[in-house]
Amino acid sequence: MPSLGADMEAGTLVEWLVKPGDWVKRGDVVAVVETQKGAIEIETFQSGQIEQILVELKSKVPVGTPLARIRTELEEKPGAVAAAPPPAAPAVPLAAAPLERPPITPPPPPPVALGAAARARVSPAARRLAEERGIDLSTVTGSGPAGAITYADVERRLGEAVAPPERKRALWLDLGAMRTAIAAAMARSKREIPHYYLEHRVDVAACEQWLTETNAARPPGNRLLIGALTIKAVALAARRFPAFNGFYRDNKFEPATAVHVGVAIAIRGGGLAAPALHDADKLSLDELMSRMRDLVQRTRSGRIRSSEISDPTITVTSLGERGVETLYGIIYPPQVAIVGFGKVVTRPWVVDGAIGPRSVITITLSGDHRVSDGHAGALFLAEIGKLLQEPDKL
Amino acid sequence: MSDIDIRKVVQEELNNIAPEVDIASVDPAADLREAIDIDSMDFLTFITAIHHRLGIDIPEIDYPKLITLDGAVAYITAHLELGKN
Repeated sequence: MPSLGADMEAGTLVEWLVKPGDWVKRGDVVAVVETQKGAIEIETFQSGQIEQILVELKSKVPVGTPLARIRTELEEKPGAVAAAPPPAAPAVPLAAAPLERPPITPPPPPPVALGAAARARVSPAARRLAEERGIDLSTVTGSGPAGAITYADVERRLGEAVAPPERKRALWLDLGAMRTAIAAAMARSKREIPHYYLEHRVDVAACEQWLTETNAARPPGNRLLIGALTIKAVALAARRFPAFNGFYRDNKFEPATAVHVGVAIAIRGGGLAAPALHDADKLSLDELMSRMRDLVQRTRSGRIRSSEISDPTITVTSLGERGVETLYGIIYPPQVAIVGFGKVVTRPWVVDGAIGPRSVITITLSGDHRVSDGHAGALFLAEIGKLLQEPDKL
Repeated sequence: MSDIDIRKVVQEELNNIAPEVDIASVDPAADLREAIDIDSMDFLTFITAIHHRLGIDIPEIDYPKLITLDGAVAYITAHLELGKN
């Protein structure tokens, strides 16, 4: 049972997605656990074959309890001298996060999952159909050899998109419990993190122009929102300014090797979550947009994965076009920065010495003053603004 | 597809986005963004669903015509009629 929050002590197993005999690879979702934050999909860090399920459905077990036994592939090496029967596979906790129980600081997060799962092969016909109908191939299960995605797989996925299964909010998305968890995290942030705040107003005419042109040629399933551009810009800037990307723990800053951008997502009814878009700096805009759509949909229906909860290295928050001009976020510990985007507004602006109306957006940084200061913060924001002037290069 | 069926499809897709709202009780002339609190991501999801179900590719430039229930039904009806000819 992984730890999915500073104050989580136990979780309830609500669904098993594998059974003994199934083969799993690292990153596969194998179970669903109910927590204050909603239903979290648990991924396995080990590859191998499920040998035994150790925890029954509906049981509530403490963090750290082994959930299943996996026979790892190491023990199946062919050619090994088989003098004795194979040793019993060690009980391997599905998310290896060894726990002390410090009063407030969260345990170290599980190893950062670098990069998305390897892309399966896709048949040309399947790829064409997916592009035409706006299906993200990473959400299609391949039934061909070695998980290859066939035309029939994409067709099936289309059928699923047309008639989604029960879409009412999952019963286990307890907004009251979620609000309690948010309250604890935000109170802790304000207590422990000395925040400083900077704002920077940026011309986004180039972004709007590029989006209009790009989207005009695409079906709805492939269109981009400005949120994809802003998140990509933050991810690239975070790569260049490491003081804003990482964790503050045990009185020191640990810069992260990857950039996993937490995306603040409002949940209908008053919930809020900020799950990670992994390796956002390495994703193309199309991939980023597609993953963001999937993340928003799963978050709002109460299905986030454990790595998405624990992995964000920096967070981006935005209230969208019905929000306000300027938004200052509160840092999610143990991160050290949060970037806020207001809504795009038209304001008087000076271009080439003349005043005219221009689309602008206000970007804010809330930074941890134990790790960075205003000078670095200003350069970081300026870099984001600069990147947004060339959307085609994002 | 009759006018009544289109309204049902539109309501179903809006219901997928805002499951706790009683779409039937929403003022059909009201701005949906205000009436059911949806953002640009939700709207794009709605437009994408309409494309999947009815085969109509609605360009961004036409979005403002679909911000009310009545507007959405009228637009889609007109475009399905065009498609038939």
